[in-house]
Amino acid sequence: MLISFLIAVAAMCGLATFLAVLMVIADLTVGNYGEVKITINNETEMTVEGGKSLLGTLMGEKLFIPSACGGRGSCGFCKVKVVSDIGDYVATELPWITEEEKKENIRLSCQIKVKKDLAIQIPEELFNVKEYRTRVERVRDLTYDIKEVTLKLLDPGEIKFRAGQYIQFQTPEYELSSESVYRAYSCSSQPSRRDIVELEIRLVPNGICTTYVFEYMKEGDEVTINGPYGEFYLRDTDSGIVFIAGGSGMAPVKSILLDMAEKGIDRKVTYFFGARTTRDLFLVEEMRELEKQLPRFSFVPALSAPTKEDNWKGETGLITEVIERHLKNADNLEAYLCGSPGMIDASVGVLTKKGLPEALIYYDKFA
Amino acid sequence: MTEGLFAFGVFFAAIFTNNILLTNYLGMCSFLAVSREIKTSVGLGMAVIFVMTCTSVINWLIYYFVLVRFDIVYLRYIAFIIVIAAFVQLVEMVIERTSDVLYAALGIFLPLITVNCAILGASLFMVIREYTFLSGLAYGAGSGIGWALAIIAMAGIRTKLNIRSKVPFGLTGAGITLIIAGIMALAFMGFAGMITIT
Repeated sequence: MLISFLIAVAAMCGLATFLAVLMVIADLTVGNYGEVKITINNETEMTVEGGKSLLGTLMGEKLFIPSACGGRGSCGFCKVKVVSDIGDYVATELPWITEEEKKENIRLSCQIKVKKDLAIQIPEELFNVKEYRTRVERVRDLTYDIKEVTLKLLDPGEIKFRAGQYIQFQTPEYELSSESVYRAYSCSSQPSRRDIVELEIRLVPNGICTTYVFEYMKEGDEVTINGPYGEFYLRDTDSGIVFIAGGSGMAPVKSILLDMAEKGIDRKVTYFFGARTTRDLFLVEEMRELEKQLPRFSFVPALSAPTKEDNWKGETGLITEVIERHLKNADNLEAYLCGSPGMIDASVGVLTKKGLPEALIYYDKFA
Repeated sequence: MTEGLFAFGVFFAAIFTNNILLTNYLGMCSFLAVSREIKTSVGLGMAVIFVMTCTSVINWLIYYFVLVRFDIVYLRYIAFIIVIAAFVQLVEMVIERTSDVLYAALGIFLPLITVNCAILGASLFMVIREYTFLSGLAYGAGSGIGWALAIIAMAGIRTKLNIRSKVPFGLTGAGITLIIAGIMALAFMGFAGMITIT
């Protein structure tokens, strides 16, 4: 009795063990895809363990594609554009994919497996938004009411953003504010400087964040930012570029120009910068320097109300008048605007009158 | 009757007179779920043919060389189930590794088959009817082909149904499919008496 019992148990255990060993071997050989590279948005490469679903793999890399069902292929949310060839659609994807999406090779990331090197495209926001602990490295006056703040990233130690994007600055609780608030500021540093974020902050009278920056924040303080965000970045075309900015709208434009200079992007660029008097002008020398680096770049600062002491020999008048005078036509052009809503609306008016389609006018409004 | 001839008879009987789906009603869930399009049912059908043939052979060997030898045939359910599950898993891994085309066509159906009762049923009938190795192989292959035939036929009918027929609302989906399956089973009874297997 006991013996037959033991034999039965042993036989079944043997069978199960044999199959299990077989599976383990298969997993280590056939199922082992080794390390696979995923290239995201042509920029970031991550090396991952192959063999799992794309959704799960990205999750493991702390990159969260929206998914409601947890990867069972029943919600259809986790769509990702796959640029490299990964074979045909599988039947479980098809119910969720429209004809247009098929042309774009949009795939359901939970149903495709990472077996070889992949290139995918996802919205930049998904990919990059993180919270960063930073230390205020330097604060310097650009004008009487604009400060340049350099933040050194502590954790994570590096940020990736496109020139022109903005971050959110967390103002901690302080005397004038009982809760922490977020305010958005464009990065004025070039993306290649991964370990710092430089902001240009203009004092807003009674503004919670700007007052904090101007009167409370000291070099060496720790502040928290998150980002990057925004669609205000240079489009990859050959068209001529018109930048129009005022005040701290300089920040993203400066970032884009520095980025262009670094990458050697040679396009015709005119940068109209509006200010009231020379007191409001800043970084002029840096711009002149950039003119030397970028052969087809010209910086056109314009003062709307120059005083006698200014002894101003450059352009005068409202920025719209200056554009009106300078811009012959809008052929083969794109415009990037950054500044107050009033300035942007007026500038958009001038540009469209010149025949530039609104689709080619990109702007960041400071509300 | 020679063994070869007998196996040949078993093969045809498994396809027509003793169709595992239409006479034993096994493998119903995937039959109902995946018979909407001919293309997918062909894929599933092929996967079933392959898995059923292979698992019948493996289970035959396991049964006679392990279970019978150690006198533990009462454990055949568990043994067959884990063998089928492991085999399907292995095949899936291999297909996934080797061929994208094959994976897209068959691979995704394999997890469905792991829990397909027709596969287990085929192995059990095979040992209950005490087939020889050759007949077991023929029975496994025949059952698979029979199952595939039934699901492809059903998919064809359902495709036509979608275009032409006004199915009463309460009968749409699984309801009408079961009724059609019943009629198909009756039709297949026409083959009965041609060959019989016990």
